[in-house]
Amino acid sequence: MPEPFKLILKNLDEPGFTPDIGCYQRHGGYEALKRALAMPARDLPDGKKLSPQEALREDVKASGLRGRGGAGFSAGLKWSFVDRRSGKPIYLICNADESEPGTFKDRQILHKDPHQLIEGMILSCWANDVKLAYIYIRGEMPVAAKLLNQALKEARAAGFLGKNILGTGYDLEIHVHRGAGAYICGEETGLIESLEGKRAYPRIKPPYFPAVLGLYMCPTIVNNVETLCHVKHIVLMGPTEYAKLGTPNNTGTRIVSLSGDVQKPGYYEIQVGRVTLGELIFDPNFGGGLKPGRTLKAIIPGGSSSKVLKAGEVFKLNRKGADGQMAKVDVSLLDLPYDFDSLQQAGTMSGSSAVIVLDDSRSMVQTLGNLSEFYAHESCGQCTPCREGALWLSKATHRLSHGEGRKADADYLTHIAQNIQGRTICAFGEAAAWPVLSFVKKFRDEFEAQGAADEAAHAKSQGTSSPKSSDPRSAAGSLQTH
Amino acid sequence: MSAPAAPSSTLAPVPAPAAPPVETMTVMVNGKTVQVPKTMPDWQGKPAPTTMLQAAKIAGVDIPHYCYHDKLPIAGNCRMCLVEFGTPMMGPDRKPVLNEDGTPKISRSVLPYEPGTPRGAIACATPISPGMEIYANSKATHQMRESVLESLLINHPLDCTICDQAGECKLQEYSVQHGQAGSQFVETKVHKPKAVDLGPRIVLDDERCILCTRCIRFTRDIAGDDALGIVNRGSYNTISAFNPGHFDNNYTLNTVDLCPVGALTSKDFRFKMRVWFLKETKSLCTSCGTGCNITMGSREGVIHRYEPRENDAVNGPWMCDSGRLNYRWVGHAERLKQVLRTSADGTLQPISWNAAIESAALILTQAPQGSVAFVVSARQTNEELFLLKKLATHTGAMTDAVARDGEPDRLLVSEDRNPNSNGVRLTGMAFTEFGFNLTKIADGIAQGRIKTLVVFGEDVTRVGIGPELLAKLDALIVSDILPNATTAAATLLLPGAAHAEKRGTFVNVKGRLQKFHKAVEAPGEARPEWEFLHELVHSLTGHNGYRTIEGLFNQMAAEVPAFAGLEWAKVGDTGVTVQI
Repeated sequence: MPEPFKLILKNLDEPGFTPDIGCYQRHGGYEALKRALAMPARDLPDGKKLSPQEALREDVKASGLRGRGGAGFSAGLKWSFVDRRSGKPIYLICNADESEPGTFKDRQILHKDPHQLIEGMILSCWANDVKLAYIYIRGEMPVAAKLLNQALKEARAAGFLGKNILGTGYDLEIHVHRGAGAYICGEETGLIESLEGKRAYPRIKPPYFPAVLGLYMCPTIVNNVETLCHVKHIVLMGPTEYAKLGTPNNTGTRIVSLSGDVQKPGYYEIQVGRVTLGELIFDPNFGGGLKPGRTLKAIIPGGSSSKVLKAGEVFKLNRKGADGQMAKVDVSLLDLPYDFDSLQQAGTMSGSSAVIVLDDSRSMVQTLGNLSEFYAHESCGQCTPCREGALWLSKATHRLSHGEGRKADADYLTHIAQNIQGRTICAFGEAAAWPVLSFVKKFRDEFEAQGAADEAAHAKSQGTSSPKSSDPRSAAGSLQTH
Repeated sequence: MSAPAAPSSTLAPVPAPAAPPVETMTVMVNGKTVQVPKTMPDWQGKPAPTTMLQAAKIAGVDIPHYCYHDKLPIAGNCRMCLVEFGTPMMGPDRKPVLNEDGTPKISRSVLPYEPGTPRGAIACATPISPGMEIYANSKATHQMRESVLESLLINHPLDCTICDQAGECKLQEYSVQHGQAGSQFVETKVHKPKAVDLGPRIVLDDERCILCTRCIRFTRDIAGDDALGIVNRGSYNTISAFNPGHFDNNYTLNTVDLCPVGALTSKDFRFKMRVWFLKETKSLCTSCGTGCNITMGSREGVIHRYEPRENDAVNGPWMCDSGRLNYRWVGHAERLKQVLRTSADGTLQPISWNAAIESAALILTQAPQGSVAFVVSARQTNEELFLLKKLATHTGAMTDAVARDGEPDRLLVSEDRNPNSNGVRLTGMAFTEFGFNLTKIADGIAQGRIKTLVVFGEDVTRVGIGPELLAKLDALIVSDILPNATTAAATLLLPGAAHAEKRGTFVNVKGRLQKFHKAVEAPGEARPEWEFLHELVHSLTGHNGYRTIEGLFNQMAAEVPAFAGLEWAKVGDTGVTVQI
């Protein structure tokens, strides 16, 4: 039976564990930092030497750690892109703007174990010659911001932060910056703009890649809360042992936020790829199954922007056969290992590892209406396709879920969404388009049935009473396209 | 810079240092191979990696765009310039993969998560790479443009019938070129504020706005006044002034020019004239010594607006609001329209131009050497000053001009509020500092040495030659375009023409000699000064000069050292630099 694996969550739900530094240190806190800062230069087989900082950067690469924020990009590789020759300061920003609907993992760390994040950050900053770092925390987490500031104060008092850390001559300051409630601030370049005091308009890439032209046009690393915490464990375990957790190319652990129609919604840490979607939903150690009498309808596997998966779907996954050759293997939805690569091969993503479960009581039309409303509300409005398209999608799905649908709306929605994805400044375009594209593609019958029913009801009411001139369908009736 | 070789090497324009060889790169645009520089000037003129849009332009292909402007920082937000592209496929050895015929294999851009779907890049901000192919005409590119345009139009009010921008609107233009004839939008439109009073000169219609942020970038990065921004979110985004009603720096009207749609309108121009009725004339602004290049918009003899005309040697694409709005005097009701002479009874009586020229010639011929003085304006053209100098030399007259100074700014407005001070200096009508001779002239009149005063375009009563002095003169020959205390005292009044009513040249504070053309007719009997000055010079000296501005200019170039080698026909629309 699969079991949760507690690495990041090891202490924070233990009875009596408090967010103060004393408790953290009683649980082995800041030992990783002490160990890293005392590391000698590392000898390489070719006779060259790696500075301890370079060595840690290599270790993070070797650990296979992938970003836990959404894109799943290699953390070590991201660090290696940093422009270290510009002569400008290098900044590190912790992205604590956790706001993808369905995601509630970072907030556990921020509220219950802030020192784990701070230790991970100090290590990451030290490894990257960062002297100034920021924690950009979502505005809706005022308590966590307070706790973080308290924790930073404690760390400073204990000599882990500030001038001459642990007598090594290394200086680092970390500041907490609270957001003001916009989802787009989770996009790293939008976050940087916001941190600079501007409207959080994501930057165009090229040329504004944070590793080269980030905060204040200086090289900048932006990492997720959970990702930074893992650095501490890579130091403690060593990259080789760490990489044994999880599965190849999907190493370590992840905290899954499980929500929706399950018996036991909550956050569960798993070894990446060692637990399937089915186990996450049905295993008593995790979701504990659906609600009584219900059947599974769909899973949104990686936060609200990931493409929905339909119950009963079977995917072709690349698997290494007994002969060592890669082969396509059929894997059903519930047998999908919960990791980065499997979900990508299934046409979706593990994103922020937020699994939203939908049972047969849910209307896909209503659900999409809810999601699209969120994205219309959160689109920053900088670039045309997303600004106009996100609200258009929301208006259309709202109409469809409020008795004003048309049979043609399935194609209409697809058309709008296709003109957003891939055309925008940041990935928000995909986030707004993907739910629509996948919902309509996989549950087309439901959308068409809703539209047809509305049209029939409308035709009937037109027969008995005068038609409403303000009805959008009158406009649709006179639609001329070429 | 196209000044022909000057006879004297000391007067020749300093040749630019030889440019280092430009490194180039080969790319393909719409199937056509072009060599383009690896770097090109960015909005500040600094070298930056050449973009797809710049490369396409070199290949003669215009890529549609709204937010991009070559003199503003790149925003990349409108997405109109999305183009499909391809890059040479690289093998694992980092060497190009070749087709069977030896040509490099090109991989077309596709969505990483949907390999069958083309992916566009914004041409305005994407640097080119060797061997890149830009498909500005492909089906996918057209589809991207159509969809961006559709998105821009769904919430647009489509009120072109009453929109001031109609006829010069990029939404209209691109709708013709790249739009879809039908719309499938069946939702209600977003409504936003209308007729927002942004500042003393600007009105904003937020519903027409496409949020390209050109206005925001201009006022922040060019004018240095971070006064505009966006409020609200998503499709409800709205341009707003930081201090509503007080967007009032001296460059606000440039945002109206920059606005690709009818969102920002000029209070001065709105609802006054359909732009397609306007005749466009290349001219210059006369409000200061910068000499911003302008386009005058006029219809049937009435000027309706000035717009900046791009000249990187002078004003770039911008001009200040005070200069732009300073055109009403041209069509002023009180303009001097009659040729007048004092009759025996002391009253001014209308006479013909011929009689006036004869009269002036007689006065100047009979005047003893040294008894004549000239006060001219640095608002006269070089050609006029050249002719006035001939008259002054002939009569041995003392000459001067009137300085006009004001507060300069950091962008365009010059401390010198005359448009042609350098023209006055180069034609020898005044010393470097104006006003040096004015006191001497005043003394000369007071002491009775000076009996004849010729004034062109200035009110000398304001510079120390008051009515009591003017009363002592035997003759006061005045040419001006609006009445003042000097014209009131004239014994011979010659109505002149505004620069909008004639052709000529000015030399700006930096030595840029620039041409301007005639937009409207002078009122009544008023004539361009150079025309009647030429007649006067002929009567006085017998010198038969040129009857056309071209000939006159070329004659001047032959005689005035600073203009040596210049020809009217060779002075382009943006002028040439002369040694000052």
